[in-house]
Amino acid sequence: MESLDLPLIWAGLICFAIFAYVVLDGFDLGVGILSPVLEPGTERDQAINSIAPFWDGNETWLVMGGGGLLAVFPLAYAIILPATYPLMIAMLLGLVFRGAAFEFRWRDPAHQPLWDLIITVGSTVAALAQGITIGAILQGIKVENNAYAGGWLDWLSPFSVLTGVAVVIGYALLGATWLIRKTEGGCHRHAHRLAYWLAIATVLALVAVSAATPFLKDDYWRRWFEMPQVLWTAQVPLLVAICTGVLFWSLKQGRELLPFLMALALFLLGFIGLCISIFPNMIPPSVTLWEAAAPRDSQLFLLVGAVFIIPVILGYTGWAYWVFRGKVGTEGYH
Amino acid sequence: MFEHLDAVFLARVQFAFTVSFHFIFPAFSIGLASYLMVLEGLWLKTGRGVYANLYRYWLKIFAVGFGMGVVSGIVLSYQFGTNWSEFSHKAGPVIGPLMGYEVITAFFLEAGFLGVMLFGINKVGKRLHFFATCMVALGTFVSAFWILSVNSWMQTPTGFAMNDQGQFIVDGSWWDVIFNPSFPYRLVHTVTAAYLTTAFAVGGVGAWHLLKDRSNLGARKMFSMAMWMALLVTPIQIFVGDLHGLNTLEHQPVKVLAMEGDFDPSPEGAPLILFGIPDEEAAKVHYKVAIPKLGSLVLKHDLNAPLPGLKDFPRDEWPPVAVVFWSFRIMVAIGFAMLALGICGLIARRRKRLYKSRALHRAAVLMGPAGFVAVIAGWITTEVGRQPYTVYGLMKTVDSASPLDAPAVAASLIAFVVVYSAIFGMGIYYLLRMMASPPHPGEPEPANIPTYAAGITPASSLQATSLNPQGGDHGKS
Repeated sequence: MESLDLPLIWAGLICFAIFAYVVLDGFDLGVGILSPVLEPGTERDQAINSIAPFWDGNETWLVMGGGGLLAVFPLAYAIILPATYPLMIAMLLGLVFRGAAFEFRWRDPAHQPLWDLIITVGSTVAALAQGITIGAILQGIKVENNAYAGGWLDWLSPFSVLTGVAVVIGYALLGATWLIRKTEGGCHRHAHRLAYWLAIATVLALVAVSAATPFLKDDYWRRWFEMPQVLWTAQVPLLVAICTGVLFWSLKQGRELLPFLMALALFLLGFIGLCISIFPNMIPPSVTLWEAAAPRDSQLFLLVGAVFIIPVILGYTGWAYWVFRGKVGTEGYH
Repeated sequence: MFEHLDAVFLARVQFAFTVSFHFIFPAFSIGLASYLMVLEGLWLKTGRGVYANLYRYWLKIFAVGFGMGVVSGIVLSYQFGTNWSEFSHKAGPVIGPLMGYEVITAFFLEAGFLGVMLFGINKVGKRLHFFATCMVALGTFVSAFWILSVNSWMQTPTGFAMNDQGQFIVDGSWWDVIFNPSFPYRLVHTVTAAYLTTAFAVGGVGAWHLLKDRSNLGARKMFSMAMWMALLVTPIQIFVGDLHGLNTLEHQPVKVLAMEGDFDPSPEGAPLILFGIPDEEAAKVHYKVAIPKLGSLVLKHDLNAPLPGLKDFPRDEWPPVAVVFWSFRIMVAIGFAMLALGICGLIARRRKRLYKSRALHRAAVLMGPAGFVAVIAGWITTEVGRQPYTVYGLMKTVDSASPLDAPAVAASLIAFVVVYSAIFGMGIYYLLRMMASPPHPGEPEPANIPTYAAGITPASSLQATSLNPQGGDHGKS
């Protein structure tokens, strides 16, 4: 027990929670982002019905990520949130709007177009804020005396806007490939067409972010391109190329589940790339994850519960997806 | 300096606003989940359809209220970091894991079993369904347990040490942190408050429908149950509140003196001030209406026991006296009004006029929202009374805030007020509209409300889901 590197274990768990959130909430935010280009009526209803049973359970991972960060890396929580203050507020408000609009969309059919618009705006704002936050962390946060020491717009830069747009496009791709799997008829065909263009856009965005990242700091450059670790890091772009190929092939073949899985794989690779760039920092350029960690007691106490409960939550999340497997149909799940 | 103070004040207002808004929903959920458990238990025991109908009627309302509690709760889980980063950094190692447990345990129970509750009894069998209802009720309670433990620790911190970074860390055992001195009292007082809040809301709805149709069986049943709750639980709550007050006097005397409005020490026994205008500048209460010696009787259970006054403590340790003084009086006044209504209900019941007395029904409708007001007032009393500290006696509120400029906090505050008013205003309007439709036999299962899978809020699909093939408007009791 004494030899466990708890901060590393927790960093892994929190990465997992954040990635679970991105994977799960990504596709339903994506459907929200795409909803204006879907035909009002059956097409849009089908799309929104396809995510109805899932979106709120998905959002829980965001609470877990935030709660975990406060408990185990309080310093990181206390620096990142004030540093990205307007982004966080915008994301929360976007999610509040989206959640409420989901509730009211069916209860108040008279104003459905308005609720749909709110779903779209809320989803887009939340996705954009999350993407810009990633860029802001990558480009580094100014820290003095264990506190954020910058202004309230430091996060805004061409690079962070690029990562923001990239995440919006990527989520939209997840949404489109999800709809390919879950819907039929017009909605399915429409999603298929959209997925093509979004796949191209996502790959371009991924390439742009990857190309820009090493120029942010010498440190990133060395990490990615120095021998011998370049032999490892080079695997990431290689896998991206393979997944991209499979994604286009599967769309061409009219496969239903494979495009969604490949879109997730692209996200996973992007996420791994992000971790490679940042590790062992928690907040570039100066705070490592061991420096940001809470005392051992705090980490251990929560780890006991997490180890027990996270598998259970994964279990019934999986069960829920199993219950609502298959096509959504025009009338909701059957 | 002045600007910094301004940002802190705005952050405090923002926290008060978002937490009060949020707290309405859990307070209702805690009581309603238990009420649903009782209704389903009674139905399984007696087989009477009226209980099943009431269960379905309140389940729909529970689902919406619960969903709004979750959405507003997400905001709070991030607000500690956005607006109170210094507090998060310093107190995170102690309170963070407790809040982490709140998320994982409560979410696990509630989300897992709420779905089962909403899938309908025909799909999973009576036993599993009742088990799910019990688990949801337990989940709301577990949620309250953890979050009130955090709050109590901030009021009466124990079991901690400081490290070289100035962080609070756990010293010895988590047990001492979780079961800190004020926690048992606060937990019982708050959960009881949630029960009363729900009882009066249910009673108000029942009375509203009785005024329209005296013969409605569902309305009669819920009104009768609510009146029993009011009669039996209100005195318990007043007793628990008194104990909680004595505990607070022991650990946070300044807070109690502000609640009482006692600026001057009373060596011969303190009066009980019924009414007055506290003036912090002049350190006195204007237009005072007081009963001599009664204050000492309440707080010390002895007419002549001496009590200190606020003047015995440095001024920079005083909370905002007027706010605490008034919120406390509002809470207590509502408590006694609840007791009075409970007693009137008993008298009407003895005279066989429980379902006939229009005056009683009007009073019950009027008292429908009383619990919510009392809960918020109590919350303000304890939180504002903790000022000027976040961790009582150890960490000042001014040292807890994020390094933010006032305009940023002001902008976010305005955004929250606008968005919450619009969104939750709509939500509350829907809840009221649901409550305005009378309960009737053959109350449909909540099929037209969303059916969620892992779901916090029951999700609506246009029609029932795979697990609810009948769906629609012909649920069976």
